[in-house]
Amino acid sequence: MTVAPLDAFPITVNGNERRIPTGWTLSDLLASLDLDARAIVIERNGTILRDRSTFASLALESDDALEIVHFVGGG
Amino acid sequence: MAHADLISPSAHTLSDPLPFTIAGREFRSRLMVGTGKYPSNSVMIDAIEASGAEVVTVAVRRVDLDRSKEEGILHHLDSDHYFLLANTAGCYNAGDAIRYARLARAAGFNEWVKLEVIGDQQTLLPDTDGLLQATKTLVDEGFKVLAYTNDDLITALKLEDAGAVAVMPLASPIGSGLGMLNPYAIRTIKQRLSVPVIVDAGVGTASDACIVMEQGVDGILMNTGIAAAQDPVRMAAAMRAAVESGRNAYLAGRMPRREVAVPSSPTAGMLGS
Repeated sequence: MTVAPLDAFPITVNGNERRIPTGWTLSDLLASLDLDARAIVIERNGTILRDRSTFASLALESDDALEIVHFVGGG
Repeated sequence: MAHADLISPSAHTLSDPLPFTIAGREFRSRLMVGTGKYPSNSVMIDAIEASGAEVVTVAVRRVDLDRSKEEGILHHLDSDHYFLLANTAGCYNAGDAIRYARLARAAGFNEWVKLEVIGDQQTLLPDTDGLLQATKTLVDEGFKVLAYTNDDLITALKLEDAGAVAVMPLASPIGSGLGMLNPYAIRTIKQRLSVPVIVDAGVGTASDACIVMEQGVDGILMNTGIAAAQDPVRMAAAMRAAVESGRNAYLAGRMPRREVAVPSSPTAGMLGS
């Protein structure tokens, strides 16, 4: 079990709220989730983030709502 | 390979006079397959290979962040070897379908989408109003829309007018395996549309696929008919053969139906005559 640091703020990822440290970028979040940016698509507050090269400099903000999706089996 | 005997092409394969083309892109197989509901990823891969399909559909879903090691389908499927066609399955209104299509395009493979706007949970029949609305919006945004629809000619004509690059009427409801319920409707849609007609959903076994192709449609998309078979790899091989067989039968042109028998052997030269 991890304890959120004091200087943390809430965001929502795929419908679930979690607290992340102040100053985290999107790349920091993906690394903590063990996700490969090439295999996923991210929507932030309803806007699709098309340019993966911006993830490392994109500072997350309090109450950001992220949707992280990928391709799964389907007809 | 374990199933090499199932996937090697017949020595007597006849070439198709018409290439299978959608939106200017030619595909090597008239059979398209889904990737859902397989007992395992390895069976799925072997079945897709045995089907000979080039177009392979996938769905867009949230990444499971609590997964142990559950992976997206691209960890199993070689995206260089197959044409990935994302669907909007599970969307019940135009807005959701448009959102899913945009997410799928952002994955960076292509701007094609198999558009589904479902209208009813029990039958999974399409909401044709929402479908038309989403088709117009996505076509305006540069998508190549392949629209899953019912077997209604008027809706099919409207989808073509709206810019769909292919219209995909159902044979029978998704996952039902009931085969083609209305061959007349499917034939009529094929005869009236200029864009390719690809029958999507309802094929339960190889004879269903063969009969669908005998109507003259351009192709078939199926998922459960293969994935839910006892041996999906063998069924995939059967479907491949059935699609080719039905296509050849359509091209060959069947004999006329008669209500009376006509002997196949000479009536002259019988003993004692």
